[in-house]
Amino acid sequence: MSELGIVYALLGAAVAVLLSGTGSAIGVGIAGQAASGVVTEDPSKFAKVLIIQLLPGTQGLYGLLIGFITLSKIGVLGGGLADLSVQTGLLILAACLPIGVVGLLSAIAQGKTAAAAIGIVAKKPEQFGKAMLFPAMVETYAILALLISFLAVSGIQV
Amino acid sequence: MSNTKYTYAVARIRALEVSLFSDAFIEQLLACKSAEQVLQSVVEKGWGGMHTEHDAEAVLKREEEKTWEVIRDVAPDMSVFDVLSYPKLYHNLKAAVKEVCTEVKNPAVFYDDCPVSGEEMCQIVESREFSRLPGNMSRTAQEALDTLLHTGDGQLCDIIVDRAALEAIEEAGKKSGEPIIENYADTTVAIADIKIAVRSQKTGKSAEFMRSAMAECDSLSLDQLIRAALAGAEEIAQYLEGTSYAGGADALRESPSAFERWCDNRMIETLRSQKYESFSVGPLLGYLIARENEIKTVRIILTGKQNGFTDEAIRERIREMYV
Repeated sequence: MSELGIVYALLGAAVAVLLSGTGSAIGVGIAGQAASGVVTEDPSKFAKVLIIQLLPGTQGLYGLLIGFITLSKIGVLGGGLADLSVQTGLLILAACLPIGVVGLLSAIAQGKTAAAAIGIVAKKPEQFGKAMLFPAMVETYAILALLISFLAVSGIQV
Repeated sequence: MSNTKYTYAVARIRALEVSLFSDAFIEQLLACKSAEQVLQSVVEKGWGGMHTEHDAEAVLKREEEKTWEVIRDVAPDMSVFDVLSYPKLYHNLKAAVKEVCTEVKNPAVFYDDCPVSGEEMCQIVESREFSRLPGNMSRTAQEALDTLLHTGDGQLCDIIVDRAALEAIEEAGKKSGEPIIENYADTTVAIADIKIAVRSQKTGKSAEFMRSAMAECDSLSLDQLIRAALAGAEEIAQYLEGTSYAGGADALRESPSAFERWCDNRMIETLRSQKYESFSVGPLLGYLIARENEIKTVRIILTGKQNGFTDEAIRERIREMYV
């Protein structure tokens, strides 16, 4: 058994959670600033802007999901560490990269789009549905990355 | 994350833009029969403050203060708004220099909502402590005071201060690093130069006079403008047609008030695209100018109605609205 294998696999789980979580925190933060600006002037729009603010938060959840699957796959959860070769460890690390990197960048981009969409709600609250769609578009790419990370992590034989 | 520092401010301004007057509301004001009705309508929209309902001037002043209160509250960096406070700052300097030289006190001529208040400015000029003034103002103040004391020529003193103000605006615009502020500053200076050219042409001033009064800007060539002004009013309009102020040429031919109106409309036109910005200082500037424009328009309607102007005469002076 090579101990480096499990280190790489854990690093993969960490990358998935760290990067996507950071991205979501920044994204929700940007949208939150815009939401605060609107609620300062018009508290009645709180519910609408809160929903838009939360949209960039999903990437963090996707990262968590991949991290979780990785941990259970390598036996960190449920006891009994799997016997991983360096090659398998690196494969798992590579499988975690898509949601990590795409999660980070898409959440920041989504945060900015959400801030702009909150501007729509500020001026035209009746267009809330349309305003929701713009940041939701960015979500597509986070979901694609989640899909690939999910398929890859599940497909690697341990 | 430096490009997101205006996120909060812009969202708040966006929420406030809803309460800006639309062209339709201005039409309603125009349809009012008397100045009292106009005042009543704007007060119903939330204008003015406590105990100001019946005093038009107090209502308008309160609105100006409110705008700056909001901007001061939301802007992470007030230095980008120097371009807007400089005209008032230099006006205070001009008034203070004259007050000190003539020893006639009149506190009403000063602006209080600017970095150096009237009282402070008078103290500075009186004690000649020009180093307390920001930027290049100390040199201007010294020069203006010396000129007025030695020559007693008020117009010369005005020219020195006004030109310094224009130069300071242009420089502050460049220093701000924000394209929209730079554009605003350059347009302000260019329009001031055009107005100087028009007035100098009417009063038959010399090329030297114009050169000493005008400030350099990127969008106009001073040499050509001065040459056009020496040749005649039509030549100024023709010169403008070849610049980015082409629309102003027709307004200039029409009447001075049409030209003033065109200047304000052009500014609003430049800023209108800022309604769709979410992360820059642009919407803050847009809101500020839109509010100033709105207050100016209401003032025009009020004075027009008070003095019994016809609707047409008032309409000629009405500015376009931002929203």
